[in-house]
Amino acid sequence: MIKVNRLRRTFGPIIAVDDISFEAQTGEVLGFLGPNGAGKSTTMKMLACFLAPDSGTASINGFDIVKQPVDVRKNIGYLAENAPLYNEMTVAGFLNFVCDARQINGQARTKALDRIVPMCAIEGVYHQTIDTLSKGFRRRTSLAGALIHDPKVLILDEPTDGLDPNQKYEVRQLINKMAKDKCIIISTHILEEVQAVCNRTIIIDQGRIRVDSSPAKLKEEYKCELDEVFRKITKKSA
Amino acid sequence: MTGFWAVFKREFKGYFATPVAYVFLVIFLFFAGYLTFKQGFFEARQADMRMFFMNLPLLFVFMVPATAMRLWAEERKSGSIELLFTLPITVTQAILGKFFAAWLFIIVGLVMTFPMALTVAWLGEPDMGLIITGYIGSAFMAGGFLAVGCLFSAVSKNQVIAFILAVTACAVLVFAGMPTTMNYLAGFLPAGLLAAIEQMSFQVHFESIQRGVVKFSDLSYFIILMAGWLAATAFILNERKAS
Repeated sequence: MIKVNRLRRTFGPIIAVDDISFEAQTGEVLGFLGPNGAGKSTTMKMLACFLAPDSGTASINGFDIVKQPVDVRKNIGYLAENAPLYNEMTVAGFLNFVCDARQINGQARTKALDRIVPMCAIEGVYHQTIDTLSKGFRRRTSLAGALIHDPKVLILDEPTDGLDPNQKYEVRQLINKMAKDKCIIISTHILEEVQAVCNRTIIIDQGRIRVDSSPAKLKEEYKCELDEVFRKITKKSA
Repeated sequence: MTGFWAVFKREFKGYFATPVAYVFLVIFLFFAGYLTFKQGFFEARQADMRMFFMNLPLLFVFMVPATAMRLWAEERKSGSIELLFTLPITVTQAILGKFFAAWLFIIVGLVMTFPMALTVAWLGEPDMGLIITGYIGSAFMAGGFLAVGCLFSAVSKNQVIAFILAVTACAVLVFAGMPTTMNYLAGFLPAGLLAAIEQMSFQVHFESIQRGVVKFSDLSYFIILMAGWLAATAFILNERKAS
């Protein structure tokens, strides 16, 4: 599903992502873990074809992110960090805009909306302006936008950041529900989240992959809790 | 094409979802009327819209950049550009979608000045052909200003900076062709260069269309101008969208 091949990206003198390669298959929920500034978001932005890599490439569903960015975007659902939205639109207007852009029309649109609105629990704010929504509803609206075309590959950049415990729980439930037939990459620095939803974890620091394993295996290997593992690994490289 | 229509629709509706549209239309229509009558529409005792069209470049220098400044600056500031460019929409589609939505919006503003034409028609027997070409010229001129505004909106995340830069650039393009500037420049510039500057300016081409002659060279001037500034916008956006 996802094949990342020696991806590299710099911002001026800073190397954000340094020669990263990995693969992910359907059914995998891959936790992308790392301290702030480790290169998680940059990697995800490159996979979503928002940023062009300096060198290396990746393919998603067989489409190359450098050569076929539009096809890649058709095949993925991407939730950006901080869930940016068009504040002056209503939730309904926004979802219809995403349908327009994704060529979901007529019957298919009605069906997609009927599926996604209850799934993300945004019926109550459907006709409200996005500007007036709470953080939780904003995040869920973004998520609805990212999931509306039922993509096989999901890239979620800190999907639970800023949510209250109940909302976090709901988002995780949602991810678990979808996990079976999708390939999901989640970036986060919340370790309990990795334990709750991920069956594989990649720890990245200073632009490089430090560990590629599963949460359970990591705990076994280091014989301690995940946050301690995280500290050990990212400190070593600092 | 899908991407273009999605952006176009969203953007055009966006003007009316915020107070931008109403503030713009009210101010624009007020000044379009005010300047015409103030400068002696009745005193001229001629049933034409010359006075109206004459003031448009000046009005557009301020009003069009005000419409254009939000196009990209806002997207970049709020981060929604990341949303836009992770949908299956290319940079070209997005730029054209936004540009044509803003253009259509300004054209709506222009169309709403129709009472002006009615007034003239009621007072006398104006040359309708002249009025129509005047409107066509105005629409193309607005498109030119808008393309300039687009670029500066993509250059800066700050809408105020985008506005001021666009106003300055538009003013240069208008005033370069004004008789006063021309007379001044004639003092020390060679004739060839002077003619070149004159041809680069909006003024000459707009006046020529306004006189009722829709020349290929005048229309192509505006079209090339729009294409050029929009291509520059695409270049800037590709470079800077993520920063």
